[in-house]
Amino acid sequence: MEKRKNRGFTVLLLAAALMLGACGSKDATVETSADSSKAIELLNVSYDPTRELYQAFNEEFAKHWEKETGQKVTIQQSHGGSGKQGRAVIDGLEADVVTLALAYDIDEISEARDLLDDNWQSEFENNATPYTSTIVFLVRKGNPQNIQDWDDLVKDGVSVITPNPKTSGGARWNYLAAWAYAKEQYGGDEAKTKSFIKDLYGNVEVLDSGARGATTTFVERGIGDVLIAWENEAYLSLNELGKDEFEIVTPSLSILAEPPVAIVDKIVDKKGTREVAKAYLDYLYTDIGQEIAAEHYYRPRNEEILAKYKDQFPTLKLVSIEDFGGWKKAQTTHFADGGTFDEIYEQ
Amino acid sequence: MKEKSAAIIPGFSLSLGYTLLYVSILVLLPIAMIFFNTLSMSWGDFWKTITHPRVMASYKLSFGAALAAGLVNVVFGTVIAWVLTRYRFPFKRIVDGLVDLPFALPTAVAGIALTTLYSPNGWLGQFFSFKIAFTPIGIIIALTFIGLPFVVRTVQPVLQSFSQEAEETSASLGANRFQTFTKVIFPELFPAILTGFSLAFARALGEYGSVVFIAGNMPMKTEITPLIIMTKLEQYDYVGATAVATVMLVLSFVLLLLINLIQWYTNRKFLPS
Amino acid sequence: MIEANQLKVYRATEEPRIVRIALTAVSLLFLAVFLVLPLVSIFVTAFQKGWETYIASITHPDALAAIKLTLLVTIIVVPLNTIFGIAAAWCITKFSFKRKNLLITLIDLPFAISPVIAGLTFILLFGAQGLIGEWLMMNDIKIVFALPGIVLATLFVTLPFVARELIPLMQTQGTTDEEASISLGASGFKTFIYVTLPNIKWGLLYGMILCNARAIGEFGAVSVVSGHIRGMTNTMPLHIEILYNEYQFAAAFAVASLMSILAIITIIIKNIIEWKSGLQGGGH
Repeated sequence: MEKRKNRGFTVLLLAAALMLGACGSKDATVETSADSSKAIELLNVSYDPTRELYQAFNEEFAKHWEKETGQKVTIQQSHGGSGKQGRAVIDGLEADVVTLALAYDIDEISEARDLLDDNWQSEFENNATPYTSTIVFLVRKGNPQNIQDWDDLVKDGVSVITPNPKTSGGARWNYLAAWAYAKEQYGGDEAKTKSFIKDLYGNVEVLDSGARGATTTFVERGIGDVLIAWENEAYLSLNELGKDEFEIVTPSLSILAEPPVAIVDKIVDKKGTREVAKAYLDYLYTDIGQEIAAEHYYRPRNEEILAKYKDQFPTLKLVSIEDFGGWKKAQTTHFADGGTFDEIYEQ
Repeated sequence: MKEKSAAIIPGFSLSLGYTLLYVSILVLLPIAMIFFNTLSMSWGDFWKTITHPRVMASYKLSFGAALAAGLVNVVFGTVIAWVLTRYRFPFKRIVDGLVDLPFALPTAVAGIALTTLYSPNGWLGQFFSFKIAFTPIGIIIALTFIGLPFVVRTVQPVLQSFSQEAEETSASLGANRFQTFTKVIFPELFPAILTGFSLAFARALGEYGSVVFIAGNMPMKTEITPLIIMTKLEQYDYVGATAVATVMLVLSFVLLLLINLIQWYTNRKFLPS
Repeated sequence: MIEANQLKVYRATEEPRIVRIALTAVSLLFLAVFLVLPLVSIFVTAFQKGWETYIASITHPDALAAIKLTLLVTIIVVPLNTIFGIAAAWCITKFSFKRKNLLITLIDLPFAISPVIAGLTFILLFGAQGLIGEWLMMNDIKIVFALPGIVLATLFVTLPFVARELIPLMQTQGTTDEEASISLGASGFKTFIYVTLPNIKWGLLYGMILCNARAIGEFGAVSVVSGHIRGMTNTMPLHIEILYNEYQFAAAFAVASLMSILAIITIIIKNIIEWKSGLQGGGH
């Protein structure tokens, strides 16, 4: 009996030791960002297509900040699907600033954990979106299917590639752009609009989970006649993957895609980085920031710089998310379970 | 029998205690969180979420494809394990090592590589008149890739430590090779094959990284259950996601338990201990 | 003498030549289509843009950070799961107790759980809104979106490997050897080292190699808990995803090929050990 007891005790001790060993190694490596008095770190949690933009912008800002204050700043970048990134911030990823694809994702952050103010969108100019974009088509060289506008996408035999609006923030803009077109075409007749969207998605061959996956399917796998994409993504794939293989078609009507930026109040207050975070986002609105955005095919808010790049950004009729009653409403009407997107596939 | 082995061999409480503690912290506690989260749902909502037509279609696809891939792997995996332990041929060691590849390769890379191969303009895809990538066939191919080492690597060690005396005896008693295989070898291999199958099947059921690339992700047609969960998460619907996860958990737990029971039963039957 | 004996044994228990050739051919063909071709396609894509790009992409600071992180995680995870695997296999195969099947099934469970869900469980537990998230935040302990989270997720995903390799093996071996050793007066520890371990070493090694390989390659679960901060919490598979999403296909596959090479190296090491101890075993 005595022996038995001892054994049980040994088990516990050993187990505890092993567990502690595991934890010890963890504790030791937890976050070594503690400041060396001068250097400062910012974490910008962003969505997929802004990698190149922020890589360039961060470099410029770091230079600017060092010149202004003598302080070195390193900006850590984190990219992923917009919804996934929003969730990571909610779950504890300590982002100083968020620059996501949809206001909806930032609203969720504000709602779920109160990390930032409800009216965050009025803290910076222009709905807190320093740059915008819109939704265009990427077609194969020579436009063999002669695709000019949204109604060409519902024709028989046209194969369309767009990501899944349920998993991709960008794809929601695509969906709403198509919806806006149909709504105008049919004078607001909801039944007809729905049937148009249904036809459109009936032509979709692959519904990738993210915008970049869709681009790869279209470009690398050679599937589909037309890719519905953000303007900046379309340009990027054109440049990165083959200028002489694809062309961009701008439809008659599209949506003003506004990817917003915000300071995560609670985090910057905790880390003491509010000043630099504010300067960082403000810098996006300066001429240099706007210029960098334009170079990466985002439409700058600054009229002069926009005019300078006007060849790159044709004018077209744009509706905005406000025409859909804001993101919350658009989300519940169209993309939440049982929304219009689900209806397409369930009838 | 029980009494004897329990009394003679030491380390029971140590090993069992440690195992239980480890499993509780790393498996039970996290999984409990899934159920815990689902509890905040009303029964009606829960039922509606998990029986939604799209979700139902995804169960069918996920289980069907995982089953198909598991069976393919049982057949080819056993043959490969057999060939690798019994026969001699050039570059055998390299071939043997290759079997582990699906483990080492990140699933996303595997998915990308397979999609490249099997898409209509890919190395292999171009030879087929029907589509492979972006259809359920593509999903089965990805899941076969993922699961292959499970079968090979569970059967192989058993074959290696397998005494050939039994085979010899069987042969000397006049049994032909086929009879020896079905009557002597196969029963001994069966538990390992079953383990391999259950592991490959279970792994295939939850696989996400490689499948999303090759599946096409069309609702009702090529949407797997893990993608449904991901979709719900993307909409900040944690509870909905954990509800579907609960269904998957319970189903795979029951399946695994069943397979383990069968295995235990066959073990008792065939192995004199 | 032994050699000659074995030859005879083989002959008595071998299939007809034609069957052997057919089976070998089927195996090789299957492996070629399912494993070799994807591997080749990875290397071909990796070198599409030449050596310079290849070297540049695997020596990029972000890539190096990813490699370091991945190795660190593996070094923590493999020993822990090996000890666990041995303990679990020991108690399951050497003793009879109630609910044993339940325990085995529990050990299998991490295989059956989608990696995505695995990651999610740790978020539900340690995330800011999780069960003890609040407490962790107050004490400024970071688990998810930092190394501990990645380690936990990898531990979870690779937990069954060693145990699952050992259990069927030790089952077929039974308990007679150990019982003999113990009754001859050897201690439990000695029995394990001198009797059990030699019997299970290949299974154990397989298990460790599998665990190691999977720990290096895990994507889904780690992706959920990593936070994707460049150069900090990106493991190699996540880094590959990033490169792929940046349309740097050659670079993505370069890192992927590096991972394949890592896998191949472990396999070679395994073979060397096997060969060496095979020689020793023959000498006895």
